[in-house]
Amino acid sequence: MKIDSTDRRIIEALQGGLPLVPAPYAHVAAQIGMPEPDLMARIGSMKARGVIRRIAAAPNHYKLGMTANGMTVWDVEDARIAELGAQVGALPYVTHCYERPRALPDWPYNLFAMVHGDSREEVEEKRAEIRALLGAALRGCDILYSTRILKKTGLRLRQKG
Amino acid sequence: MTPLDATDRAILNRMQDDLPLTAHPYADVAAQLGITEDDLLERLARMKDERVITRFGPFFDAAAMGGAFCLCAMAVPEEDFETVLTKVNAHAEVAHNYERTHRLNMWFVLATETPEGIGACADAIERETGVQVLRFPKLQEFFIGFRVAA
Repeated sequence: MKIDSTDRRIIEALQGGLPLVPAPYAHVAAQIGMPEPDLMARIGSMKARGVIRRIAAAPNHYKLGMTANGMTVWDVEDARIAELGAQVGALPYVTHCYERPRALPDWPYNLFAMVHGDSREEVEEKRAEIRALLGAALRGCDILYSTRILKKTGLRLRQKG
Repeated sequence: MTPLDATDRAILNRMQDDLPLTAHPYADVAAQLGITEDDLLERLARMKDERVITRFGPFFDAAAMGGAFCLCAMAVPEEDFETVLTKVNAHAEVAHNYERTHRLNMWFVLATETPEGIGACADAIERETGVQVLRFPKLQEFFIGFRVAA
């Protein structure tokens, strides 16, 4: 079992976010009727197990003026993807950088990187930088802009356990 | 929206990294940034109210909980788009869904509580819509995060 009912109770309490108060864990601990040290130990364990990746802010790219977002996709030599993927992922304007399987013949691309900019021109300039970085290991590329958000919900646990 | 000043930007960059797991984590981060805890909390609350920060809290990994995530794509004929969309979005497992400029014009993420749930849900969508669901699970993540000019 990867998470138990206590973990689940904590996840449910934190799904909406961590309170912005001086002692946030004491605040949540009081809400769910658990001593603060126990709650913190549980959160530490969930971090160690990778259930919680980090406790951090999710920025709103649109509000930051980054209104153009392109999903750049690249067909990169398999032997070099770990090295080059890490370099692309380290670029300040790239988020969500992943190696994914190709789906031939429809989809030859194995590296996905979201690029943010304040205009499509800026996104294209950044895309050109990535193209240069990938150099000879690059065999093909494309960019997909999102034209409409069709659905957006966070992770929701089913009510059970 | 209040324009972001240099302190807001420093906060925004720092807070995308992991918060220390201590009883007074905001005081710790404020000390790192050379500001007071009150100032940090006020600025965070303001940026959250103004939706500059959409969420502050733990990022959960469905895979580590025994579940799974998978990016999927479909090439939906234009005339069927709304009908297919209704059928796809009806699945609670569909977390995000975007229309994109490509022959593969519908891109969504499935989040399920078991790895088997991905295939089952994608297969169900194929049956219901008659459109193939291409599956792109992540093999490797290269994460650094988004940074604003400080």
